[in-house]
Amino acid sequence: MNVQNLNSFDPFADEGDPLGGNQDVGSQQNYLHIRIQQRNGRKTLTTLQGLPKEYDPKKLLKAFKKEFACNGTLVDDEEMGQVIQLQGDQRLKIVKFLTEEGIPKNTIKLHGF
Amino acid sequence: MAAEQPLFDPSLKKRKKKAVAFTEDPLGPEADPTTPAPTTIENTTTNGDVIDLGPTTAHEQMKQSLNGAPDSVDAADEVKEDDDFKAMFPDGLKKKKKKKDIPMDLGEDGSGASTAAAAPAATEDLDFSDIKKKKKSTKKKAMEDFEKEFNEAKAKDEAEEAEADDGEHLNELDEADLGDDPFARNEAPAGIDSGTEPWLGSDRDYTYPELLTRFYASLHAANPSLLTSTGKRYTIAPPQILREGVRKSIFANVADICKRMHRQPEHVIQFLFAEMGTTGSVDGSGRLVIKGRFQPKQVENVLRRYIVEYVTCKTCKSPDTLLTKENRIFFMSCESCGSRRSVNAIKSGFQAQVGRRKATAQ
Repeated sequence: MNVQNLNSFDPFADEGDPLGGNQDVGSQQNYLHIRIQQRNGRKTLTTLQGLPKEYDPKKLLKAFKKEFACNGTLVDDEEMGQVIQLQGDQRLKIVKFLTEEGIPKNTIKLHGF
Repeated sequence: MAAEQPLFDPSLKKRKKKAVAFTEDPLGPEADPTTPAPTTIENTTTNGDVIDLGPTTAHEQMKQSLNGAPDSVDAADEVKEDDDFKAMFPDGLKKKKKKKDIPMDLGEDGSGASTAAAAPAATEDLDFSDIKKKKKSTKKKAMEDFEKEFNEAKAKDEAEEAEADDGEHLNELDEADLGDDPFARNEAPAGIDSGTEPWLGSDRDYTYPELLTRFYASLHAANPSLLTSTGKRYTIAPPQILREGVRKSIFANVADICKRMHRQPEHVIQFLFAEMGTTGSVDGSGRLVIKGRFQPKQVENVLRRYIVEYVTCKTCKSPDTLLTKENRIFFMSCESCGSRRSVNAIKSGFQAQVGRRKATAQ
């Protein structure tokens, strides 16, 4: 005797990600975004947004400033949370720094031209 | 290795590489905007910057190994390196010297002499690399084989250049030590004749890449036309950037490019603005006015990323796709393979405060 309702199989159970967790599937999940913004003249700003919780932005900023020899600040944004903002185009340097510190490359998104 | 080969002339290889590198680029400045849209996209820009187009499919690898047969392993090697490189710099901003992918249509427009000379070596070369791969032979073995081949080459004068190239190619094979890596993808021609599959001799399980190459091998054995049809290339006119004053740029042919990509200009413009972290507007004659100074190359980089993310099909790499919006989510459906996937919504991130504060913060 087999009553379908008594089966332990749940037809509505989530069968997992069909794409096997293949990163970007229409979601804006925890990426680290590195962007660049033009200021006046040849000057630029680099912003780092979406830092994982386990990193202290203040300490990271301090390390960045020392490593890249630039100034920077920590900006509180209502939507984006805390954003590290650095003077000059530091995008590639940030990527290098972060990957050397053990942040997987595929979570870092490099924007800009 | 090269030291004991007096006949080996490194300049021969140099010349050959150069000839390979100078093929027309889809986005080159001489690109004719009137050419029809082809089906493949080079993953390098005019100056050799690498753009991530996703991993190469087995089909493409086989195409490469067929058309550029003497360089087949070389090409696979390069692809591997490219992948590493791309992983390191996802946007491919850094220059890459002299590393261009072997063009797909080498067989057609390549200089007749060199390809013809390479042809006899090519067939040898294919099974030769197989042997080497399966047996995981040492450098010594490779040396012996190379010597043997080299002596043969001396006999035929016209094949000399191809053989010299072959020698170099062996070198690279040794350096890369591809034999140990089960995922090294240069076993493409293996298994065309069934019975030679590497897993038959041992009791290990076959790996997915092996089965995949086996599938492609039998597919192409049954349909030889699949490999020879080179198809047209995907051409997009280079962006025309003019300067308006000091702090504005004009993107003149945005409408034309959007039409070529079959995308709404609004979508493209939104992406451009979000990526470049700026704003702008469309002027009366359909040109895009962007705030900030931008070089054509920079805009081209952003456009390439747009194409990778929103135009090419991730499954078959065909640019023949449709972007539709359903319930606030964009879906990209491929016209040639029928796959359908959702794509990321364009989202501009944090915009830092630039310029005068007084003007914005009342």
